[in-house]
Amino acid sequence: MTAAPTPSAGPSPRIMAVTSGKGGVGKTFISANLAAALARQGRRVLVLDADLGLANLDVLLNLFPKITLHDVFTGKSSLNDAILPVAGGFSVLLAGSGMVEYSRMTPEIREQLQAVILEVEPKFDHVLLDTGAGISDVVLYTVSLAGEILVVVTPEPTSLTDAYATIKVLATTQGRRRFNLLVNQTRKLGEGRAVRHQLQQVVDRYVNPGLDSPVRLELLGEVPSDGAVRESVLRRQLLLDLQPGAPASVAIGNVATKIVGA
Amino acid sequence: MSLPAPATPTSPEGLALHLEQALQLLGHSGQPLPPGDPTSPGWLQGLIDALVDLSSRDALTGLANRRAFDLALAREIDRVARSGEPALLLAVDIDHFKRINDSHGHGAGDQVIRAVANALIDSVRPMDLVARIGGEEFAIILPNCASAFGETVAERVRRRVERMPVAVGPGQEIGCTISIGGAFAPQWVRSTPSLWVERADQQLYLSKSQGRNLVRLEPSAVSVVSTEERRLLFETSQFLDYE
Repeated sequence: MTAAPTPSAGPSPRIMAVTSGKGGVGKTFISANLAAALARQGRRVLVLDADLGLANLDVLLNLFPKITLHDVFTGKSSLNDAILPVAGGFSVLLAGSGMVEYSRMTPEIREQLQAVILEVEPKFDHVLLDTGAGISDVVLYTVSLAGEILVVVTPEPTSLTDAYATIKVLATTQGRRRFNLLVNQTRKLGEGRAVRHQLQQVVDRYVNPGLDSPVRLELLGEVPSDGAVRESVLRRQLLLDLQPGAPASVAIGNVATKIVGA
Repeated sequence: MSLPAPATPTSPEGLALHLEQALQLLGHSGQPLPPGDPTSPGWLQGLIDALVDLSSRDALTGLANRRAFDLALAREIDRVARSGEPALLLAVDIDHFKRINDSHGHGAGDQVIRAVANALIDSVRPMDLVARIGGEEFAIILPNCASAFGETVAERVRRRVERMPVAVGPGQEIGCTISIGGAFAPQWVRSTPSLWVERADQQLYLSKSQGRNLVRLEPSAVSVVSTEERRLLFETSQFLDYE
């Protein structure tokens, strides 16, 4: 395998892009709670709100940040000042809502984002990049900075289609071959496996034949549809803090265990 | 133009209100005056509503004016960013309008603007917002318009105007055409109204420079998932109950 599509000197596997294709599938919810679950297992975790245009990690965590990535980009603050420790035992780096102009990727922003990620990476065991929805150039670029990809998908047709499109684009344009799947809002046990199987089947038929090495989808876990999730979002608290025993909390804990053990 | 003079209206605190000009404006624009007791809060609300309506309309055509358009555009781009529903913005400009004015007079120019306004309203859905945003410039916001239909809608608008005779004097009819440029709001991405307008304007510029009486839409990213792939994605029965 000399012509491995993902070079070993690529982005660090400690950097994981959390992406989904479709919006509203719980991407930010998963990022925040997964970070808390990893922190509970003794890991140093940073969540970077890479949804530059539509940041809402601050809303989910009920934060009112004074310093954001925007201030770092404009040179108003140092990166260290912008990294905020939060109640869940992890840190966040927020995009800030003043980043409207970043909805399009300019070379300057590319460089700044990459510099920020390179600088924070050695200080943490895991850096989660909470990307925006869709397959915009911002999302594609953010994912390109990560060594691992976590695709959040729900078992419904639009989410499945958009997740598939994301995987296909990343496989063909960035040579990505390994994708972690997290199936959110499952309604019955084993649905995560069914979703992975379905996606893998279509990938095998329509994407893999054109590639030098096949795309593999790895199921990291399934998080059941759980009323407690909605409640925690409305109360702007981490589900793991609010209801650590809820089925969704337990499932996210299992995902964290899998990541730590990997 | 004489108006029925209501009793001097007063605020709930009993202050005399000076509403003569407001009432005159409404009367002059042909708006009905609010019914009821001119001293009641309900009447004042009616008056405010009528003034709001007046300030969002273009006087010549009755379409939404620039102010209302800017507001609607900002609202729409916010909605699209969150919901991911596609929305189309069309920038419309009457071709060779100066020529019409020069050869037939400004009265004819006004007739043409009114006729185009009506044609635009006629060729889109009631939920779409048609605005006059400049002299011979119009804009249409089409919420929830799938990208596959953009071209069809814009073409329908263009043809409707092309086929329309405009009476500009006794027994005198002229024709006119429009150029259209369009762009879809970026889904899932925060953008700005000015950026969206700029993209539609760029396409309008293309349709003008490529000969006028044309439609040019910004090409959307080609769908990366084919129908067969979609079919295979949902082929097992487990997803049927989610449809």
